[in-house]
Amino acid sequence: MFSARKLVPVILAIALLGTACGDDDDDAPQAAPPAPTSVVPQRIVSLSPSATEMLFAIGAGDQVLAVDAFSYFPPEAPVTELSGFEPNVEAIIGYEPDLVVLSDDIGDVVSGLEAAGITTLLLNASVTIPDTYAQIEQLGVATGHGPEATELVGQMRTKIDALIASIPERATPLTYYHELDDLLYSVTSTTFIGELYALAGLTNVADAADPDGAAGGYPQLSAEYLIDADPDLIFLADTVCCDQSAASLAERPGFDQLSAVKAGNVIELNDDVASRWGPRIVDFLETVVAATNAVTAADAGTG
Amino acid sequence: MGAIAVDEQGLRVALPQGTRLETGWLVGGIAAALGAVVLGLWLGPVSIAPGRVFLELLDRLPAVNVDSGLSVSDRAIVWDVRAPRVILGLLVGGLLAGSGAAYQGVFRNPLADPYLLGIAAGAGLGATLAIVSGVGDGIGVIDPVPLAAFVGALVAVAAAGMLGTQRGRAGSASTLILAGVAVASFLTAVQTYVQQRNAESLRQVYSWLLGRLSTSGWGEVALLAPYALGCVVVLTMSVGALDVLAVGDDEAASLGLRPRRIRLVVLGAASLGAAAAVAVSGLIGFVGLIVPHVVRRLTGVSHRRVIPLSFLLGGAFLVLTDIVARTVQSPAELPIGVITAFIGAPFFLLILRRESVA
Repeated sequence: MFSARKLVPVILAIALLGTACGDDDDDAPQAAPPAPTSVVPQRIVSLSPSATEMLFAIGAGDQVLAVDAFSYFPPEAPVTELSGFEPNVEAIIGYEPDLVVLSDDIGDVVSGLEAAGITTLLLNASVTIPDTYAQIEQLGVATGHGPEATELVGQMRTKIDALIASIPERATPLTYYHELDDLLYSVTSTTFIGELYALAGLTNVADAADPDGAAGGYPQLSAEYLIDADPDLIFLADTVCCDQSAASLAERPGFDQLSAVKAGNVIELNDDVASRWGPRIVDFLETVVAATNAVTAADAGTG
Repeated sequence: MGAIAVDEQGLRVALPQGTRLETGWLVGGIAAALGAVVLGLWLGPVSIAPGRVFLELLDRLPAVNVDSGLSVSDRAIVWDVRAPRVILGLLVGGLLAGSGAAYQGVFRNPLADPYLLGIAAGAGLGATLAIVSGVGDGIGVIDPVPLAAFVGALVAVAAAGMLGTQRGRAGSASTLILAGVAVASFLTAVQTYVQQRNAESLRQVYSWLLGRLSTSGWGEVALLAPYALGCVVVLTMSVGALDVLAVGDDEAASLGLRPRRIRLVVLGAASLGAAAAVAVSGLIGFVGLIVPHVVRRLTGVSHRRVIPLSFLLGGAFLVLTDIVARTVQSPAELPIGVITAFIGAPFFLLILRRESVA
């Protein structure tokens, strides 16, 4: 499994760890992290599917050496066994990366990598759309693709603005339910994905279930509440994880009474597109706006 | 209530002709279960007038046709969402508590519960495997998750049973318990490994492990009903034998009973019932451990009372806790396992203290 070439950096890392612990005071200037802009990284490891999508979208794909097991978009991404959920510092160092991009600092992986002299970029899950723009631009600067990143952000802004402009005025806003799994876990408007729905002018029926944010914006809804709330639109973000579909939704007890089911306003989303904060949020918003614009006054009236 | 048998007295009470299940207790247990069902149908995140709920249910009876005045969606809530959930709670709670009482009786161990011989770990592994492999989830007649959980639970119990007994010789109760602990640890390790290897299914697996009655329709009720019936019948028929067994194996043998066979039959029926309950509802803790103790505190140690009343009160308890689970943070749900322990533990301590004082 472990070639000598892969072992060298590990041994080096252990040696470096030793020095880092041994003579902190003497080498203080050297211990400072290298400035990300000084050298353009050519061996990037991404442990964040969203960051992987951003890297490829800004043209830094060629510099990406390895990505985690869930970074399977775009298809040309070099998927490996690496895990962003249980990052293994040694396995990451084994790729001899010059930049590691992560979305979570699980198990102190960042300090482990920095102790080995590897530059890291921690891009936490976006809370707002400007966070996504900022992360794309950060990645642009870090990978030497600043102009492309700025251009991409500009394009995304333009497309999102155009989508929002295409939404007709409605006397009463449409309501929606976004399903994370078939146990009725949902999102509120305080989440990133909820913010996108709000842009499309939709009202979230799950907001009442987590008004104070105690469930972190991801409450589990009561089936009877959902039937009573009778949302105009239902978005299924559990088509992959849980094999749900408009047909299987309609088969659930009592759900055949839902207006969205009767009117065919159940939208099957790709779980990944609906849970990542990368460039594909534009595609996601496009789907949502198209579904929203397709709801006729007659459909909405049945609720 | 005063007739609580303890220690030496317990021996006397446990003799076959000792106590019967007085009608009073039985009526009380049935009333508690029915009361819980009525409350369960009435209360929920969506408020529906109880009179209309009653008329709606009446309308469902064959040859009865009344207008409940409920809207179509309220009808669906009462009949398709609430009613199956309440009945499922009754069955699952009853099975867990009834099996718990049987396990405690067979092992003569107050800490025994239906999960003692690896049912929880086996069901957890089965469910996890079904979830991560995603076979035919959501469509089709048979949902693979409960099926896999059921098979996993039975495999675990069978493994513990075989490993805990040697070449046909009756292993001691403690050997069986330790075999159960070992099997459970092993299966939990495998389950955790599979779960970690499939982090994308983590939330689903976790939700399953926490237990829920929330997505239930009539399908789950139909799935569980035959096992519930079988478990209730066998355990109710075994109460006399369990009472004799409580005195000791030698005493039971001298009365012409075969302790090993009784243990096998009772554990088999209890395990089958608990495995079926776990398969449809996930791992709901506490009910199987505590409800039998509450019943014992209230009525005495005879299985003639403990087993039937555990079925009834276990069912009532789970239906009531489920009301809390779906209303306390309405319209959000809480995992029912959280509620069973949160409400059950203080309630149990209250009973424990009151009886100690008396």
